Amino acid sequence: MIDETLSNYDFDEEDVGFGAPPMLPDAPLSWARRLSAIGIAAGLFLLVLFFFGIDLGGGWSALFSTLGLLSLATALWFYLDFKDTEPGIKHDRTFFRAIQNRSLLGWSLGIAISGFYIVLYFYDELQAKGLPAVLERPIRLLDPLAELTQGGESSRWFLYGVLYTLAIVLFGVRMLMKYRHNRYQRIRTVSVMFFQFGFAWFLPNLLIYFKRPYMEFNGVWPLKHDYLWPGGVDGFLGAGNFGIFLLVWAIGLVVATPILTYFYGKRWYCSWVCGCGGLAETFGDPWRQQSAKSTGAWHIERWLVHGVLIAVLVVTLALWGNHLTDGRVFGSSAYTLKQWYGFYIGAIFSGVVGVGFYPVLGNRIWCRFGCPQAAILGLWQRVFSRFRITTNGGQCISCGNCSTYCEMGIDVRAYAQNGENIVRASCVGCGVCSAVCPRGVLKLENGSFADRFEGADEPLRALRESFEKPEIYGYRAWSERNRQA
Amino acid sequence: MHVAIIGNGVTGVTAAVRIRQRRPDWRITLISGESRYHYSRPALMYVFMGHMRYEDTKPFEDSYWAEQRIDLLRAWVTEIDTEQKRLHLLDRDPLAYDRLLIATGSKPNRFGWPGQDLEGVQGLWGLYDLKRLYDTAARTEQAVIVGGGLIGIELAEMLHSRNIDVTFLVRERSYWDNILPKEESGMINEIIRAAGIGLRLETELKEIVSDDSRRCVAVETGNGERISCQLVGLTAGVSPNIDLLRESSIETKRGVLVDSSLRTSAADVWAAGDCAEILRPEADRNLIQQVWYTGKLQGELVGDVIAGEERAYDPGIWFNSAKFLDLEYQTYGQVNMDVPGEKNLFWRHPDQQLAVRIVYTDDGVVGVNLMGLRWRHEVCERWILDKRPVHWVLEHLAEANFDPEFFRRHEPAIQSALREQIA
Repeated sequence: MIDETLSNYDFDEEDVGFGAPPMLPDAPLSWARRLSAIGIAAGLFLLVLFFFGIDLGGGWSALFSTLGLLSLATALWFYLDFKDTEPGIKHDRTFFRAIQNRSLLGWSLGIAISGFYIVLYFYDELQAKGLPAVLERPIRLLDPLAELTQGGESSRWFLYGVLYTLAIVLFGVRMLMKYRHNRYQRIRTVSVMFFQFGFAWFLPNLLIYFKRPYMEFNGVWPLKHDYLWPGGVDGFLGAGNFGIFLLVWAIGLVVATPILTYFYGKRWYCSWVCGCGGLAETFGDPWRQQSAKSTGAWHIERWLVHGVLIAVLVVTLALWGNHLTDGRVFGSSAYTLKQWYGFYIGAIFSGVVGVGFYPVLGNRIWCRFGCPQAAILGLWQRVFSRFRITTNGGQCISCGNCSTYCEMGIDVRAYAQNGENIVRASCVGCGVCSAVCPRGVLKLENGSFADRFEGADEPLRALRESFEKPEIYGYRAWSERNRQA
Repeated sequence: MHVAIIGNGVTGVTAAVRIRQRRPDWRITLISGESRYHYSRPALMYVFMGHMRYEDTKPFEDSYWAEQRIDLLRAWVTEIDTEQKRLHLLDRDPLAYDRLLIATGSKPNRFGWPGQDLEGVQGLWGLYDLKRLYDTAARTEQAVIVGGGLIGIELAEMLHSRNIDVTFLVRERSYWDNILPKEESGMINEIIRAAGIGLRLETELKEIVSDDSRRCVAVETGNGERISCQLVGLTAGVSPNIDLLRESSIETKRGVLVDSSLRTSAADVWAAGDCAEILRPEADRNLIQQVWYTGKLQGELVGDVIAGEERAYDPGIWFNSAKFLDLEYQTYGQVNMDVPGEKNLFWRHPDQQLAVRIVYTDDGVVGVNLMGLRWRHEVCERWILDKRPVHWVLEHLAEANFDPEFFRRHEPAIQSALREQIA
């Protein structure tokens, strides 16, 4: 006989599901948190006033009372948000908060970010079609900072650089507090903040100040495709010895890529140095759980990301072919290809979709589905690297926290529950799977490249086999492997 | 050949996958009244706290079952007819089988407390418990949890995350001290209190008190204290879920009695996982194992045996892990089991929640406990199997480290403290 409470149970967990359980109100906010909330509101309010043409004292005074106040208050808010909690994984309510999910609010935020990218990228074209000069006031707000760091007037690209860097720094504070029990996360977060601020913002501005060719020092071809396209190379060559240095730097990073990836995996770039990765790991962290985990998404990913890699190689070859033969090889079609790549991949994919859809598709859309540099790093990581994520014997309880919080949509659990190493082209080594595991099962490690998986000592064969669907299903307890060994 | 499996938990599912790998042409039916698809039971708490959605707890994509030709049947089995080889189902036609696996898991213990059947009183085992928790939480400001084990602290954490005032009644002198030595147990007492959860040690439940509508409104403790509450969690351990077998001919004791190949007393019927009680004529008591990995191991074994490959169950070196609020715990081998001649070494970080215990005898190391530190399963197991002397283990401590990269290393401090203790 079975219990009546069971035989009467007919809840449909699939179609009805479990949402947020009822809860009692939170304790009132501390005075310090109220103060930071007031600071954020005041900064936003003054920003709106400034936008509509109200004079806030001009120059630095306007900048400090708007963006300055907003930034300080936001950093304070993030600091206080975690300060009084015990150090540890703080994911309570992640799936209950509208802003972190595919709710009306989440979609609205996504559309707003996409809209900002569209206005930014196509500002001139849109203005020609009657869009008011909405970016004019924000650009003017940054004039004093542009004067100081670039030695000239602010522009929409300067505005973008400041906002981008601010997002990484402010949400970096959030990451540092959220993961303050985890030194890997803290050091990594400081790293992306450093590379964005120093390599991608401060030094490039200095180049503009001294009227040198522009370059972000953490950018690598083919992510920064134009650095090694004929136009970019000509620019470097025409800028004297310093230009040669920049060209050597750009080529040096391309050469360094396989070497560093061999030693440390793809992560040395994607989650420690890269600007796109930096934004994803800081500003994008609240949405990492939105990444698609299905096999279908994985198939799309493989076709798309390698498709973009092939596209950028074709465009690069076409441009150089033309350049070296005075346009005899591809004619004007090379130029069309270049325009096409810059528009669809450079602007729409990496910006409008790649960042705009954070709240809907997770924080690594571009890195996972589009970035050609990630594709190259991934191929190296898959077949010729010492990096892997190891699983700790039989301790996995298949809870799924690792898969849920994997921003690249890797089903980490499928490997962990089988006691297998995770060696995947897409893994950016952010280390969050290891951080959220409640049983201490996962560890990012560099070891010998040959013992990562069966057949790893033959990289070319492993590459060929990786194109077939991997056998990732089924519980195969760790004990069995031990018995065989 | 038709194999029916009752229960779609980790044991039943592991067995089904295993049988399919070995017998591509057999028909396999996986029966559960609880859920349409297999989900990870330990992840129930994360659904309630908002760390994951229910669908994220499913270890296999829904399409997997059709691909593997494993039939899923959502139904409650009400009776097993071992003569006719038929399962009687609630509100459905009976199902005939050729071979049967019982993998019905556990159910929360209830010790006949007055009021244990009141509305608002529940355990935490399955989706039905989770659903009830959602319903009851709507009218709950205070909750009392009875029983200081792993499920109790999870339930406390869940309710605490919704700002419900939680009081935790623990019969023992310290949290989970029938399993943990007093130092580790004491650390958990500390973190429970630091989190703002009320902890009453050496306190037993005497009675659950109700209002006129049979809803619980308070508990009375053995010390005569009355604590008002709208929800009572009964988490004083679990026992094999064998209600279904009461009227069948299959032999049971605390669980379904099985031999070392997990065969029951009835022909063509096996039992595995939490519900199985493995006969051990050579030992003084039978073996009931109720953790995730043993469910998996037994599922694997029974899958092989049902598919025709005879094997005997070997539980290997014991291990387990848990997380108490933010504090991780791992254990390997025999700790707090009174091994003859055992000696204990214990190190605790002066101001962080980190600790190591090494249990050894003159013959070598027998067990390890870790609080807030991660060690390698393979390495610990190898040390215990090879009976490494404690000095050797201390020498090689760094090989066991499984903490994430860049974490502070504590081996030098542990080594010098523990060497001093030996001397």
